[in-house]
Amino acid sequence: MKAEIAVGMSSCGIAAGARVVLETLKADVAAKALPWTVVSTGCSGACHREPLVEIRQADGRTFLYGNVDEAGARRITVEHLAGGVPVADLLVPPDYPFLARQKRIVLANCGVIDPESIDEYLARDGYAALRKVLSSMTGDQVIAEITASGLRGRGGAGFSTGMKWTFARKAKGAKKYVICNADEGDPGAFMDRSVLEGDPHAVLEGMLVAAYAIGSDEGYFYVRAEYPLAVKRLGIAIAQATEHGLLGERILGSGFSFAVHVKEGAGAFVCGEETALMASIEGRRGMPRLRPPFPAERGLWDAPSNINNVETYANVPPIIRMGAPAYAAIGTEKSKGTKVFALAGKIARGGMIEVPMGISLRTIVEDIGGGIQGGRAFKAVQMGGPSGGCVPASLADVLIDYDSLTATGAIMGSGGMVVMDESTCMVDVARYFLSFTQSESCGKCTFCRIGTKRMLEALTRITDGRGSDADIPMLEELAAKVRISSLCGLGQTAPNPVLTTLRFFREEYTEHIAEGRCRAKKCKALIRFGVIAETCTGCMLCAKVCPTKAARGERKKVHAIDQATCIKCGLCHEACRFAAISIETGRH
Amino acid sequence: MDQAFRALLDRWKGVKGSVIPLLQQTQDLLGYLPEEAMRDIAAATGRSPAEICGVATFYAQFRFEPMGKHNLKVCHGTACHVQGADGLDTVLETKFGMKTGETTPDRGFTVEKVACLGCCSLAPVVMIDGEVYGRLTGDKLAKIVSGVKESA
Repeated sequence: MKAEIAVGMSSCGIAAGARVVLETLKADVAAKALPWTVVSTGCSGACHREPLVEIRQADGRTFLYGNVDEAGARRITVEHLAGGVPVADLLVPPDYPFLARQKRIVLANCGVIDPESIDEYLARDGYAALRKVLSSMTGDQVIAEITASGLRGRGGAGFSTGMKWTFARKAKGAKKYVICNADEGDPGAFMDRSVLEGDPHAVLEGMLVAAYAIGSDEGYFYVRAEYPLAVKRLGIAIAQATEHGLLGERILGSGFSFAVHVKEGAGAFVCGEETALMASIEGRRGMPRLRPPFPAERGLWDAPSNINNVETYANVPPIIRMGAPAYAAIGTEKSKGTKVFALAGKIARGGMIEVPMGISLRTIVEDIGGGIQGGRAFKAVQMGGPSGGCVPASLADVLIDYDSLTATGAIMGSGGMVVMDESTCMVDVARYFLSFTQSESCGKCTFCRIGTKRMLEALTRITDGRGSDADIPMLEELAAKVRISSLCGLGQTAPNPVLTTLRFFREEYTEHIAEGRCRAKKCKALIRFGVIAETCTGCMLCAKVCPTKAARGERKKVHAIDQATCIKCGLCHEACRFAAISIETGRH
Repeated sequence: MDQAFRALLDRWKGVKGSVIPLLQQTQDLLGYLPEEAMRDIAAATGRSPAEICGVATFYAQFRFEPMGKHNLKVCHGTACHVQGADGLDTVLETKFGMKTGETTPDRGFTVEKVACLGCCSLAPVVMIDGEVYGRLTGDKLAKIVSGVKESA
């Protein structure tokens, strides 16, 4: 085996400082003429330990280092590479629970291979699924295999992928399109970005298999504009696949030809909806249209089109390789395989994880995520972004499968999982999502356009301490109407964050309205900052950070906060080293 | 009109679905979408100026005024929101006079609010000139922005 040093170079790794680490390692290895190759990989998912460096020794042993900075990189070269002694305090142990409870099918290569090298993908059975279908399967057989695997759409709705492909295959038309929806717009979700950045060939291969199965010769990737690195790596993958005869005319000597284009989105959440996405590819305003006709019948440029999400396509090559029975053995009766989640928020160990369907939400939060940061109380998990809902801690034993999650009022969604603790205000969370859907509504349907606006106004009144008893019934009435009177998923699901918080955290709404109290101490209009005289040491730090000079005082004397000029930004509370800033709430 | 812009119009001539890539590449080239350029795109693609303007204004990416020298995107994704992205806006406004959605009078900075940069585990984050800064506090952000200002 080759002795390698792999540095995680995904967007989040780079944001955490991986570039300096990579450069330091390269320079030090070269300066000392050590027999090691420094390579870049995608995201391994352990974002909370970024930057990550993996040492792969020639004897096959591997060592994973986390939170590596420039000094850490130097120590790794001196102590481990040159000295042969691992740097114990930077090591991520092999039985690290964040990694141990996962099952990696989609993410098998992420953080392992260099995503810009087709050879590394090929060395790990890459394009074996494409070879298999082209050499020994008909389109119908491929679809039968995918149907038997039980794969359901990973974009969130959970429609049977096999069935979708069947419709597209049966649709009449000489020209058919295959589209990959990589317009990952849910705030708090980054699964598709990580897969495209970490293993772009897998998504491309899945798309090729789909194209062969339905009889298409042209496809599009529609990628969110905010993901420049994903776009770049996809471009490299396409060029490499074309060079290797895996893309283009008569692929691998078969009768199957396929051309693919990459379209960058231009910043519109609604374009994640399939008909809006196709309108956008066509160069129009991304507004959804009535279905039927479904895209399988009449899609892009009126041709039959199959559209799946990134993670769905990434599941296809492993299913073809391992066979439907092996894949269907993972998960529950109606939800097969695994699901990738982006675990974030007030969690101790955040990152991208892949778990078998049927695992409990509690296992994810407590065992994989390590519970809440700073030992505060676990309150809820927001799943599915603006279309989803909040699952309260009391229901955390719910199993991760499409149907159980829907029963809670939340949804599986595309995989965003934002963990909330007692310092998160649930009314504020509902207001946050409504402000998002309201501004992203395309304006076509009246209830989505105006109903979400009225709902947002009510939620803003409540969080501003101006709510009335009439606001909650009005929210419920409008929620029901927005849901049934909107054409597309954006409007139909926009009320979900409000409905689930009203269902499980109604008392927080009534406290805001009746008592002017925000128990999470988050809503600015309902809180007051003060100084606790007993603990204040007069260090003047709060006065230094206060942007409006509301926090003031003399050295070594108890400080005070002027309520008239305080803008409640909380910087003093964040900065104080003696916990001497109090936050009070409620009318007095 | 700019020669590079002319070349761009020629390159996309007759290509299906060319409007959005044309608008994107024009913006890359000129920094924003001047009215004149949108009229030219309309003429080149055989669509009305109103249609092109309708497409451009539908998408958040397009700008109709020149940008500041530095571009600062404050992430307001869910994870950043619960980790205090609002506080970052406060720091930008109170310490540096930078308002969301606006360019500073000296044209030094344009501050934008974005839905999610996909670096949720490092929340709250901001992107300055394409570089993501994570695990921020108000204080840390102030230091970074001061650094960028001084380097200018």
